[in-house]
Amino acid sequence: MHRLIRSIFAETFASPDLEAEHDAATLHLPGGRIAYTTDSFVVSPLFFPGGDIGSLAVHGTVNDLAMSGARPLYLSAGFIIEEGLEMEVLWRVANSMRQAADEAGVRIVTGDTKVVERGKGDGIFINTSGIGVIEHDLSIEPMSIRAGDAILVNGDLGRHGMAIMASRNALGFETEIQSDSASLNGLVEQLIQAGLTVHCLRDLTRGGLGSALNEIASTAGATLELQEAAIPVSREVNALAEVLGIDPIHVANEGRMVVFLPEDEAERALDILSKQTHGQGAARIGRVLDLQEGVVTLKSPYGPNRILPMISGEQLPRIC
Amino acid sequence: MKYVGEYRDPEAVERLLESIRTRVTRPWTLMEVCGGQTHSIIRFGIDELLPSEITLVHGPGCPVCVTGVDLIDHAIAIARQPGVIFCSFGDMMRVPGSTADLLSVKAEGGDLRIVYSPLDALRLAEENSDKDVVFFAVGFETTAPATALSVAQAAQKGISNYSLLTAHVLVPPAMEAILSQPDNEVQAFLAAGHVCAVTGYEEYRPLAERHRVPIVVTGFEPVDILSGVLSAVSQLEAGQARVENRYARVVQPSGNQPALRLIEQVFEVVDRDWRGVGRIPASGWGLREGYRRYDAAIRYPLKHTPKGEHPDCHAGEVLRGVLKPDLCPAFGTLCTPEHPLGATMVSSEGACAAYYRYRSRAQSTMRANR
Amino acid sequence: MCLAVPGKILSIEKAESLERSGVVDFEGVRRGVNLAFVPEAGVGSWVLVHAGIAIGTIDEEEAQLTLEALRSVDALGGGEAGQRPTGETEQ
Repeated sequence: MHRLIRSIFAETFASPDLEAEHDAATLHLPGGRIAYTTDSFVVSPLFFPGGDIGSLAVHGTVNDLAMSGARPLYLSAGFIIEEGLEMEVLWRVANSMRQAADEAGVRIVTGDTKVVERGKGDGIFINTSGIGVIEHDLSIEPMSIRAGDAILVNGDLGRHGMAIMASRNALGFETEIQSDSASLNGLVEQLIQAGLTVHCLRDLTRGGLGSALNEIASTAGATLELQEAAIPVSREVNALAEVLGIDPIHVANEGRMVVFLPEDEAERALDILSKQTHGQGAARIGRVLDLQEGVVTLKSPYGPNRILPMISGEQLPRIC
Repeated sequence: MKYVGEYRDPEAVERLLESIRTRVTRPWTLMEVCGGQTHSIIRFGIDELLPSEITLVHGPGCPVCVTGVDLIDHAIAIARQPGVIFCSFGDMMRVPGSTADLLSVKAEGGDLRIVYSPLDALRLAEENSDKDVVFFAVGFETTAPATALSVAQAAQKGISNYSLLTAHVLVPPAMEAILSQPDNEVQAFLAAGHVCAVTGYEEYRPLAERHRVPIVVTGFEPVDILSGVLSAVSQLEAGQARVENRYARVVQPSGNQPALRLIEQVFEVVDRDWRGVGRIPASGWGLREGYRRYDAAIRYPLKHTPKGEHPDCHAGEVLRGVLKPDLCPAFGTLCTPEHPLGATMVSSEGACAAYYRYRSRAQSTMRANR
Repeated sequence: MCLAVPGKILSIEKAESLERSGVVDFEGVRRGVNLAFVPEAGVGSWVLVHAGIAIGTIDEEEAQLTLEALRSVDALGGGEAGQRPTGETEQ
C-alpha cells in the first residue's frame, strides 16, 4: 500500500529533484532574503466546488510566501493518510496539487507520506511548507502601514466559506458558488514590478476580512475605516449569507488578499489588479484613518460608524 | 436581494428620519420586541440616527436568549445519550447551560447536527432508523409552524424515532409581563413582523387597549423599522393607542390560517420559564396529549437538578429592558462572546452580543490592556 | 428573531397537503421549501421562507405601493412620507 501511495506521488510530482529519491532535495537558491513558511490543511469535505484539499494546500502556502512579497519557488508536501482511503482520491488530490503548483509557477520537490489507522484521520491531512525569495527592498508588513493608506481587496468576498458550507452540511441548499481558492503570487509580482510602494499584504483565510483586518489593526496600532457599501460580495454569496444569517465579512476566503499602499497609488494598483484573472472585481474598500488605536470601523451606508469585531469561532447558520 | 435591498435604500431612510424629526416633540420610549429587529437597529446604527428624544429599548424577543437554563441542560443531557442524533438550529450551540454548552457535547463525541429546518431532522430520522432523532424546538410563533409540521408528518408517515424537546415561547404574554412591571417605561411597541406573519395581530388589540400603548407591526430592514417608529411616534404624539400594520407586504390581520390550524392541532398553551425573567403563565406551546409520544422530555426525563444561572449574569434585566448591556458590571470583562455568562451575550440576536460587536468602543481599550 | 427571507417559487414538486413542497430561488441559491401553509402560492409566487417552510406570501402589490410611498418627496404634507395609509380603522 505504501509503495502504491509513493508511486502516485512520485509520478504526479515528477521532477529531477524528486526523481533523485534522496531524503532531501538539493536546491539552488538565489542570494538575498529567503522567505519560509508552513501550513497544514484539514478541510472537510475533501472535494468542494472550485477546489480540493490538494489545491488548497498549494495555494495556501504559495500565498503565505507571496504576502511578504516573496517569489515562491519550492514546496514540500507531507501527507497523513487514513487507512482505507481510496487510491482514486489520492490520485485526484495529487493531480490537483500538481496543477495548482504549475499554475503558480512553483515546484513540489520533496514530500512524505504516513498512513494512520482508520478513524485517526479525516481521510487525508496535508502539510505544505514553502521557500521563496524576496527580490525587492520593501518591508511588507503591518508596521509599514501609514495614515492615509488606501485599503484594497482583489475581488468579492466569502466564496470559499459559503461554497464549503453549501457542500458540506445537510443544509439542503444548491448553489453555483465556487471557492475562490487561488494563488496570488502573480498579482503580487505585478504590483511590485510596477514599482508600487506596497506597505502591507494579507491573504484572507479563516475569519475572512474581519479577522485579517483586526489582526493588522492590532499589530500596527492602526484605526482602519471601511466603507460598508464598497465591500464587494457577489449576488449568490450575499443571498446564501442572508438566508443563513451569516455575515460575509467574517466568512473564509482562499484567494483574496488586502493591499495597503499610499492613497495616490491606489488607482494604478486597482488598474493592474483588474487586468489579472484573480484580480477581477478588485475594489477599494477603505483607508487607514490614523495610527492612534488598533481598531477596525465600518461606515454604514447611512452614516454611523460601528466597530467591526473579531469573531471567535466559525459563524453558524442561525434561525433567529 | 429583491424585497430586501429596496428596504435598505439610504434615501428612503433619510426621508423617514426627516419625517420622524418633524413629528417628535417630547421624549418617548419604544420597545422593539424582536431580536432580529435589535440586530438590525444596532448593525445599521438606527438608534444613533434617530432624534435623541426617542429611546429604543431592546425587548426579550430572542428565543435563544430566553430559553431556560433547565431546558439547555436537558438538551445537553439528551445529546450525550448514545444512540441519539441531536438536531438543533445553529443559534443554540454556544448558549451556556449551567455547566456546559451543546457544542462541547459535540467535542465529547456526541452526535450533534446543525439543521436549517426541523424537516431536515425528520428526514434524518427516516434515514437512520437505528437511531433516535431529537430536535430542539426553540423559537417564537414564527418557528412553531415548521416544528408542528415535522410532528404532523411524523405521525402521518408512522415515524417513531423522532421527538421534540419543545421550548416554544409566545410574544403577547411577554409583552403583557413587561407592561405589568411597576417600573415599566415602555410607551409603545414595535411588534415582531415575522411572528405576526404567522399569528396575525388581532390578539394585540386587547393589549393596546388595556395598557394604552400603540403597537405597530414592524419588519426588519431599516426602512421597515423606521416606518414602524414613525407610526408609533405619530400615535404617541396624537395620544392614540392603536394596533397598526407597517409590514403589510407580509402580514395579514388574521395571520396564516393553515399554519395556525396545524399549530392548534399539535400544540397547546403551557407555562414557561423565561431565562432571566422567570415563569410567565401560558407563555409557551407544548405538545398536546395526542402527540406526547413525540415529546423528548418524556422519552428522556432529566435525572438531576440543574444548577441555575451564573450569579453575575444580569441577562434578565437586559431582556426586560431595564438594563442597557454596556451598563452591566460584567459586560466586556467577565462576560464576552468568547466566554458568555448568559444567553444574551451568545446569540447574535442577544442585546449584549449586539452591543459588544457593534457598539463598544471599550473593546479597543480592552485589547490594548491585555 | 425569526430570520425569514423572500424567495421565488421555481417549481412545485409534491402537491399533497402536508408535504406540498417546491424549489424556491433566492437570487441564484435554491432550496426545497415546504409550501403546505401557502396553498395560494404557485410557480412564480414570492414567499417568505423561515426554517425550510414558507410562512406566508409576499403581497407584491403591497410591496410596490410601499416603495412608491417611500419615494414621495413631500415629507410634511398629507400623510407621512413613506407611509401608506393602512386603510384600517383601529380602535
